[in-house]
Parts: sequence; C-alpha cells; structure tokens
Amino acid sequence: MTTHNDTTQYSSAEMMTITAARALTNNMTCFVGIGLPSEAANVARLTHAPDVTLIYESGTLQTKPDVLPLSIGDGELCESALTTVSVPEMFRYWLQGGHIDVGFLGTAQIDRFANLNTTVIAANHPEGGKNGAHSYANPRVRLPGGGGAPEISTNAKEVFITVKHSKRTFVKDVDFITTIGFGRDGKGRDNLPNIGRGPGVVITDLCILKPDPATKELIVTSLHPGTTKEDIIEATGWEIKFADALETTPVPSEKELHVLRELKARTEKAHSAQEAI
Amino acid sequence: MTKFMTLKDAVATYVKDGDSIALEGFTHLIPFAAGHEIIRQKRRNLSLIRMTPDLIYDQLVGAGCVRKLTFSWGGNPGVGSLHRVRDAIENDYPCALETVEHSHAAMANAYEAGAAGLPLAVFRGYIGSELPLVNKEIASITCPFTGEQLAAIPAIKPDVGIIHAQKADRAGNVLIEGIIGVQKEVVLSAKCSIVTVEEIVDDLEVTPNACVLPAWAIDAIAVAPEGAKPSYALGYYDRDNNYYKQWDNISRDRDSFNQWLESHVFGQGDV
Repeated sequence: MTTHNDTTQYSSAEMMTITAARALTNNMTCFVGIGLPSEAANVARLTHAPDVTLIYESGTLQTKPDVLPLSIGDGELCESALTTVSVPEMFRYWLQGGHIDVGFLGTAQIDRFANLNTTVIAANHPEGGKNGAHSYANPRVRLPGGGGAPEISTNAKEVFITVKHSKRTFVKDVDFITTIGFGRDGKGRDNLPNIGRGPGVVITDLCILKPDPATKELIVTSLHPGTTKEDIIEATGWEIKFADALETTPVPSEKELHVLRELKARTEKAHSAQEAI
Repeated sequence: MTKFMTLKDAVATYVKDGDSIALEGFTHLIPFAAGHEIIRQKRRNLSLIRMTPDLIYDQLVGAGCVRKLTFSWGGNPGVGSLHRVRDAIENDYPCALETVEHSHAAMANAYEAGAAGLPLAVFRGYIGSELPLVNKEIASITCPFTGEQLAAIPAIKPDVGIIHAQKADRAGNVLIEGIIGVQKEVVLSAKCSIVTVEEIVDDLEVTPNACVLPAWAIDAIAVAPEGAKPSYALGYYDRDNNYYKQWDNISRDRDSFNQWLESHVFGQGDV
C-alpha cells in the first residue's frame, strides 16, 4: 500500500488513472462518463490540460468540479460549469450535433473489438438460449444498462475507454453489445459516414491497448512498468496480440500522483461529511 | 389552470391504478415526497417511466406499486445495484416487473417528441447496439432527403408527469434552476402534471431565459419542503450521498426494506 506522501511508489489503480488522464489534451472537448473516466478527466484538467472542456450528460457544459461527483448530476458539476443545458439539448445539440471530440467511457465487459456490455452478464448471446439458459430476459447478473454510452460511442468523434484488466472483464465476445466498439466482426462502423471513428485507446491497470488499423482487434501497444506479457495474457479472455514496437508506459510523475491523491482525499472528505439516515 | 393542493389531494386526484407515470429529475430535484405519497395511497399496476429509476423507483417497485418499468440507466449512482428492482426482475418479488430498456439519448428524444406533440422521436442512435434486439419499440426510419437510416422510437406521453422544482409564485408559475434534466418535457408531454415545490414566493425573480413553467401548463402544485431528499435542490440543500450509500444495505434485504417502508413512508404523516 502506498502512502499519501510517498510519490516514489504508486498503485496499479493510480497508474491506470494517470495514464488515462494523459490521453486527454488541452484543446479537447470531452464527454465524461462517471467513475474512472471522471477521475482521469479531472486529473488531466488539474495537471497538463487545464483548458480541457469537460461535459457530463446531466447537462453541465465546461465544468470544473473541485471534488469528484458520486453521481452524474451532483450539484458540484452544475455550480462549477460554464452553463447547464437540458438533457435533450445535451444529447441532441451538443453530442449528436458533433461538438464532442472524445467520449470517455468505462464498462463492465469489453471484447476484442472494443464492444462494451453494461446491460447483462449472461452465459450466451440474447438471440440464443431458452429453457432456463441465461439470456437477456434471464440474466446471471443484471447490470445498470446503457445510459448515455450507446450514442456517446457513435456521436463523439473518438472514444477512449478505461477499465480494470481481468479475465471476467476482457472477454472474446461480450454477452451483449450495449455500446458498439467495432461490432461483432470488427466491421460495424464501415460505410457509416455520419458517425465517429470509435475507440482509439483502451487504458487498463496493466497496459494500453489500441485497435489494429486493419482488423480493429485490440492489441497491446504499451506495458505499464512491472507488467509482463504473461500478466496480460493471463488477464485477457482472448489470444491477445502485442504490437511489434511494444512500448513501456512512463511512470506517474510526482505532480500527477500528488494531484490525484489530493483530489481523492478532497472527494472522500466531501462525501463522508453528511449525516447518517 | 393550476390548482394549489396538498400533495395528498394532488396524488388522489390525478394518479390512478394502472396509469403510466413519469416522475423525473436527472439526479437533481427527484420528487421523492410525491413518490412516497403514491406508496402511501397504495397505487397498483403503475407503468413507470424514468431515465434513471434511482432510489425513488426502487422504493415504488419494492412497495408493489409497479408492473412495468421503462428506463435507460438502472443503478444506484456511484454505489451499485437497485436491489428492489433486481428482486422484482429476477424473482417477481413483490410482483412481476416488465421492463422496457432504452438509452438516455432515446428517452430524452422521446420526451421531447411527446412535448412537441409528435408520435415518434427520430435520432442518430442505437447504431451497432443490441438493444433493438430486445426492445420492440426501437425501429429505424429512412430519411426521405438523404437516405440515412436513423433510429425511431415512440414519443413518451405519460398519463401523469410529476416533477419537483425550487419555487412557485402565488399565481402558480414555477421556476426550475440547475440541472433541469427533462423536467419541462415531462410536464408538457404528460396528459396531466403535478409539480411539488420547496416554497411559494411573491416574486420568482427570473432572468429572461430562466426555465419557467407557466401556471396554465401545470395541473396541480403542492408545497413539499425538502421534497427531493435524499436527492437535492440547488440553492436549498445538497445531495445526501451518504443516504445513497446506506440505501445499498437497506434495500438489499426484503425485511430491512419493509421496515424502512413502515417507518419512513407509512409512518410519516401527510405532507
């Protein structure tokens, strides 16, 4: 366990957040998902990208929260925003209208073509399986659902994904495509001129993955320090490939770790200050 | 024309068994007091519509008021599952629950179409998603001008739309500030509407582009101070994030939920 002040050591979760934060640049307009993407986007804003424009689906445009929101519509997001619009306006004008550079998403399950499942964990595809077999209607685990992601993924110019790496999460084929990456065959975005490029990068606690330009299958392009190829093979549900020019992800800087830890400490303090029921 | 009423009378007048009801508020201004009044009046077979069911629908479902749920994101934000909704879907407890699942963009568009008096919403959505395989309401339509395939879903037109707002003036005009979600669309798309407010004031003190619902667009207004707790009302009180975290334990177990229902809903007087 790392201590708050020791910036010579860091956790794999911190490595993931800081690496994800680095994917954002100062001039981007980013539609931010709650949880890990929100943490990463705000670290970016508080370090190398002070002018990055953060937008949450609750309608808050250009928001600068001091603490991380627990929900997508915390008051902090509204009070620190340039302006707040209605939810239909957010999805119709700002997202569908083409003003978002990057949609930053998390997920429960992701597959080799970066399709995301946040709907159901089932033993088979919803089209198959009756007689008590798990399916959409009879899931093993019911997840929250799509929320904004299905349209963020197609209406933002590009998508970044951040998720913890494990065999349960990184599966060959997702049980259900809530949100398209590149479809079941990698060709799901072909011949659709009015949608975005789709996932450009996936950042995990072990590595960075990017879609192969030809097949759209996710391949590992950078290993986080201390991670081996075997670690990733072990944590991935398909035969994972590695880029020829495999890189090593730079370690978090002292400033990045300091900002992340201060942000998390402020958030924890703010969220625990309330009364019990 | 708006009638000021008690919340008890407003629910008794407008909410009937079997109705389709949308209690909206995107994280902010969730009309919990109205939801609890519906539970107290033991409405049954409701068809509930809400983008994020949140704790309010977990409570209505757990109390046995609901037979159908239309939603686009069904979790306890930042915490986890809605256990009462899951128990109804997975185990038919306390009764079977039919679900209709959408994305946020779809529901936002469908409310807007309802408010605009259209039969359907058209948008660039659901591309590559498998939700259309499990929701018969999701169709596609071809643009007559460009040939582009777009998503189409029916407009949302609830029997009753219920929202919470900061304040009304004495004529019954309502001001909503902060995250306004789909509040205006719900009131305008519904056959009738109930608005609960924190307070009645002499002057709304609005700026020209403020989100104001005129009195003649609302059927009933009821004063319900703190009527959005444990969600929040900008300018009045903060979101009780701790309550959302504790709900995970209260709702996980049927007995502890039923105890909560007795003490926090049935045990409370009329608003």
